Amino acid sequence: MSVIGSTTLVFSEEQAMILDVAREFCRDQSDITAVRAQLESPDGFDPGVWQQMVALGWAGIALPERVGGAGLGMAAVVPVLESMGRALLGGPLMSTALAGQLVLRAAGEEQDELLSAIAAGQPATIAWLDNHDWGSAGIQCELDANGVLQGRKQQVMDAAGAEWFLVVAQQAGEPVLAVLPASAVAADARRDCILIDQTRRAQTIDFTGIAVASTAVLKGPQVAAALRDVRLLGALLVAAESGGSAASCLDTTVDYLKTRKQFGKLIGSYQALKHPCVDILVAVDSTRSFVYHAASLLDDGPLSRDAEIGCRMAKAQATETLKYAGDRAIQFHGGMGFTYECDAQLYVRRAQWAQQQFGDAQHQRKQLAHLLLDA
Amino acid sequence: MNAVTDQQKQAFREEVSAWLRANKPADPGFLLPQSFMEVGSEQQLDFLREWQYKVWSAGYLGMAWPEAYGGRGMDPVFQAIADQEMRRQAVPICFNVIGLGWAGPLINDIGSEADKARYLKGILTGEDIWCQGFSEPDHGSDLGNAQTRAVRDGDDYVINGTKIWTTMGNFAKYMILLARTNPQAERKYDGLSFFLSPMDVPGIDARPIRKLTGEYGFTETFFTDARIPADCLMGQEGEGWKIAMKTLQYERGAEAGAAGGLAFVRIVIDDMIDQLRDVRRDDAPVLDDPVVRDQLVQLVMEEKAITLGDRRANIGALSNDYPFSLQLSNKLRFTENTRRMRQFAINLQGADGALYVGDEEARQGGFWQRAYLNSFSATIGGGTSQVQANIIAEHILGLPK
Repeated sequence: MSVIGSTTLVFSEEQAMILDVAREFCRDQSDITAVRAQLESPDGFDPGVWQQMVALGWAGIALPERVGGAGLGMAAVVPVLESMGRALLGGPLMSTALAGQLVLRAAGEEQDELLSAIAAGQPATIAWLDNHDWGSAGIQCELDANGVLQGRKQQVMDAAGAEWFLVVAQQAGEPVLAVLPASAVAADARRDCILIDQTRRAQTIDFTGIAVASTAVLKGPQVAAALRDVRLLGALLVAAESGGSAASCLDTTVDYLKTRKQFGKLIGSYQALKHPCVDILVAVDSTRSFVYHAASLLDDGPLSRDAEIGCRMAKAQATETLKYAGDRAIQFHGGMGFTYECDAQLYVRRAQWAQQQFGDAQHQRKQLAHLLLDA
Repeated sequence: MNAVTDQQKQAFREEVSAWLRANKPADPGFLLPQSFMEVGSEQQLDFLREWQYKVWSAGYLGMAWPEAYGGRGMDPVFQAIADQEMRRQAVPICFNVIGLGWAGPLINDIGSEADKARYLKGILTGEDIWCQGFSEPDHGSDLGNAQTRAVRDGDDYVINGTKIWTTMGNFAKYMILLARTNPQAERKYDGLSFFLSPMDVPGIDARPIRKLTGEYGFTETFFTDARIPADCLMGQEGEGWKIAMKTLQYERGAEAGAAGGLAFVRIVIDDMIDQLRDVRRDDAPVLDDPVVRDQLVQLVMEEKAITLGDRRANIGALSNDYPFSLQLSNKLRFTENTRRMRQFAINLQGADGALYVGDEEARQGGFWQRAYLNSFSATIGGGTSQVQANIIAEHILGLPK
């Protein structure tokens, strides 16, 4: 078998419709003024916009119809995140979609009430990171024998507005998930993170001492598999979003190169600036191909080997692309690029955030090497 | 044309696959070219000509071309299947690529009935070898500046000038020729005309060029008062640039119409990984080296992205942000990936990487060394990667000239 593996790439009519709607929505609701208005706001997003996204059905787009979702699977979330990335639109969609997948995959039908709440637009998030190592296989946070959590979680995405937390913990060495309502997490246990990407929000949370009812603990062998799969789905959603951001970053740079004159010439005519823009375009194109390839391989069951390869390649390609696009955007804007006012900084800051999430490119490639070369 | 059913496709795939298995030629005992740009000897030429004729006779070349001109008038999907099977079974190339891939589709698209009747069948059978006279010694990538002159004189044009990098120029019967008919034209492009020129008239001298590998495959082609019939002109005088650009679209894969067949033996990354299984670095398998592994994955991703890009280019809703960017960048991405991969393959051979074709201990007879050196023909020919980047920047991103 070739190391190139699956080259499936399909795009359904539903996905195409979602992409159209999402593009238009994000363009209308999130022009650059609206993005900048949220940079220093407490929530980081406009609740009115989130309510409209819920009304469009996006909170439950991947969840089954029995809980009020659209039953379209994660492949339908990809075009939405990509469109949000293009418009730098923030909000809890990514964290909520991933939390929904984790519950769905770890609990089956036992948590349909929670899934219904998520599909209805109650934001949820996964408290995942014990430390800075996204590649760690171990879990430090513990659910002790008395059902009390012991441990602290870093950078819990969209935590301030989340109504539900899924805390990744271990009990006697086995992974478990503790489901907590927001009210269980006191204000003094939360610390707002200052993130390099100002379009996002996260908190570091000390869950120590919080008692979890046994009915709110998801356990069993499917929990480990669900964690593994949702980590890959997270990588894919970050990739989709980063791909969208990289494309609009490129557009921003190109627009500037078409209007800025130096030495009597439009600077876009210089090959030293032109050719890197082509490199970025090629990388943006590759990103998009990987992202929709990976989305083509998803279903509600456990992720296949091909799907894992697809998600990892998408992530490895996308965040390197956004880093490069953002980095060159600043440089090519010259002195203007060094200012806060220039939009280039928004992209480069997002790139630095995105590269870490669910494992950076080197991590993904390390895993890919194992999958591709050691078989 | 009725839609081809999956069943018909599958049946055809089995048919062509069986034919190829039965007819794949045995190893001739001499080094075969990996691409049509590497045909350096009569021995290689005779072998490849015989093979192309055999493929055409069996009905697997020019399948979508009109029956009246040697084709079979079938849906192009059948040719695509035949090409896939040829690639899969790694049969030799169909060497007459300038004819099959560029001149032929052009004649099919805009040629006169007389042109079609005269040229197309010979392209398919391999009897009439075609070459291309675009590049000039002083104007490699700047085609619009071509200076070879064509002067109308009665029923002839008189050609003077020099073309370079003429693939198979010493074997060819015809050339697609770009020459200047009007040096006074206001725009340099408007002074150019396009000819389907014979190569066997007095005054044309095709001298083989020795490549960086030490082998042959191209000529420098000198025209000294060479007279060609006036009806060799394609289109009108002054339309040469437009027609040449159309030809390059076939060459760059941005426009369909090629007759099919393999233009080159595709060397994939699996071939490279396989040759490295027994190579050691620092007393351990080279494939266990973390740096090597990281670089290999990046090369795999580059190659996979090209294939996925071809798929995505066929999905309108996913390829309309930068229309035609995938098609237009295909040559750049593919040739640069090929070059990097082959260079890396030598890099990983340890001390063996210093050996070359002819050394009995060279890995695979120096296959990778030779393939790497030859890979520059693709990153330079048909417009260098740097010119490709300019074209993409200007046409896709709209950046100023």
